[in-house]
Amino acid sequence: MIDSGDTAWMLVATALVLMMTPALGLFYAGLVRSKNTLNTFMMCVAAIAVAMVTWALIGYSLAFDGTGSLIGGLGNVGLSGVTFAPREGTAIPELLFMAFEATFCIITVALVSGAVVERMRFGPFLLFAALWSVLVYAVLAHWAFGGGWLQSGGTLDFAGGIPVEMGSGFSALAAALVVGARKDYGRQALLPHNAMYVLLGAGLLWFGWFGFNGGSGLSTGHASVLAFTNTLLCPACTLLVWFVLDMIRGRKATAIGAATAIVVGCVAITPAGGYVSPGWAMLLGAVAALPSYAVIAWRTRTRVDETLDVLAAHGTAGLVGILFIGFFAEAAWNGVGDGLFYGDAARLGHQAFAALVTPAYAFVVTFALLKLIGLFTPLRASEHQEAIGMDVTQHGEEAYVTGEGAILITPEAGLEGERPVADPV
Amino acid sequence: MKLVIGIVRPEKANDVLEALYRAEVRGVSMSRVQGHGGELERVETYRGTTVKMGLSEKVRFEVAVSDDFVQTTIDALCEGARTGEVGDGKIFVLPLERAVRIRTGDADADAVTPVDK
Repeated sequence: MIDSGDTAWMLVATALVLMMTPALGLFYAGLVRSKNTLNTFMMCVAAIAVAMVTWALIGYSLAFDGTGSLIGGLGNVGLSGVTFAPREGTAIPELLFMAFEATFCIITVALVSGAVVERMRFGPFLLFAALWSVLVYAVLAHWAFGGGWLQSGGTLDFAGGIPVEMGSGFSALAAALVVGARKDYGRQALLPHNAMYVLLGAGLLWFGWFGFNGGSGLSTGHASVLAFTNTLLCPACTLLVWFVLDMIRGRKATAIGAATAIVVGCVAITPAGGYVSPGWAMLLGAVAALPSYAVIAWRTRTRVDETLDVLAAHGTAGLVGILFIGFFAEAAWNGVGDGLFYGDAARLGHQAFAALVTPAYAFVVTFALLKLIGLFTPLRASEHQEAIGMDVTQHGEEAYVTGEGAILITPEAGLEGERPVADPV
Repeated sequence: MKLVIGIVRPEKANDVLEALYRAEVRGVSMSRVQGHGGELERVETYRGTTVKMGLSEKVRFEVAVSDDFVQTTIDALCEGARTGEVGDGKIFVLPLERAVRIRTGDADADAVTPVDK
């Protein structure tokens, strides 16, 4: 039976999650140099274009048709059979369920782009996004949500710690290794060009995350209310701990650190949101800050140019959230099961198993996929193009164009028209 | 005393600074300018409006040096800024009439010679 309240909330939640992708675009674009602003944002826009189509064509079917152990079926290819009838186990139309889950696939593809910005060519990225959304995301979504071996084996993942957070984080590491570091990495200071974009993006991401976590109960029931509230509590605690860590390390709490902390907190509560009590969610927020902070500090000292720290923010915090369920899940709150702390030690084993196989799968498949694409077409722009900037070389536009010295090309004159500027001596 | 002006690619600005520091040329000003040399214009399109970008972003270094340091400075600018492609920029050397260090009142050659604190 369709429930109108559930359906109304899930319509809104779907729109909220879709908004997270342009929000991520802002977050990412602020973190890169000004000459790469548009290209960075465009990778997120491209994720919407590509992943939405692959999801409708095959991704949804592989993730959610049937309960095969490793992969779903082909029954919903091209959205066949996806109608107004309720999705099994929910009171919302399957069509809406498909749309909600599609927005997850989109944002996850966009997340991975953070590893390769400022150097990867746009065309190969489109190809990568299309294949990755099927070979990695849809498979992991099936394992975690679609009745695959992790879910049926007892692993709990409320809103995507497995496919979204660990899936993107460890794929990002592989992508950074295959594509290679930016040419100036480790030689010059490569600084964020607009901290306000970063903060604005983080704020909008947090807002969207209420749909992401609050919608993952697929209803307006207790689990959704719990996850929604935990999405408020957990990142707030991460922020506080991040301030303290920043002050210990550099004596000042930084704004870009705060934006990062918001993301880390939201990521950590993603898998655990509907399973742990509000009190434990606050502890999770505090605990999750530490490993992500450490990974960022460590990564920047290596030659691994995982440019926007997807591994630290998403892979690491997602892993922490998945493991946290194993300790602190509480049946009294979630009605599903307990963690080690409440008497079910096996739960921790299931969670730890998922925290091993997910990173391994994401890393290996992404590594192989990019190597394969690299056989057919160069993954990166030339050094010269990288120096000029990806906005001009990939898109023929600039984010901060002044118009000074711009000469209008009228259709009559065409590109070969009279040169209106002096020839150099 | 000469004023050495170097107009270079923005993406080479850091390399130029590095080269100048290595050559122990300490006093430098830089500013962002737009210029046009012999390079091909970029064609950009904004919602159907196609334009040729006649001016390119450049970075302009100004270095006031004593006569002994002119060649060193020119060499450093060339080393840092050269890619071999059209658009690497130009160096101009101008005679400099006077220079004053504001803090101490040092004049001319003393003013453009770095002092150790």
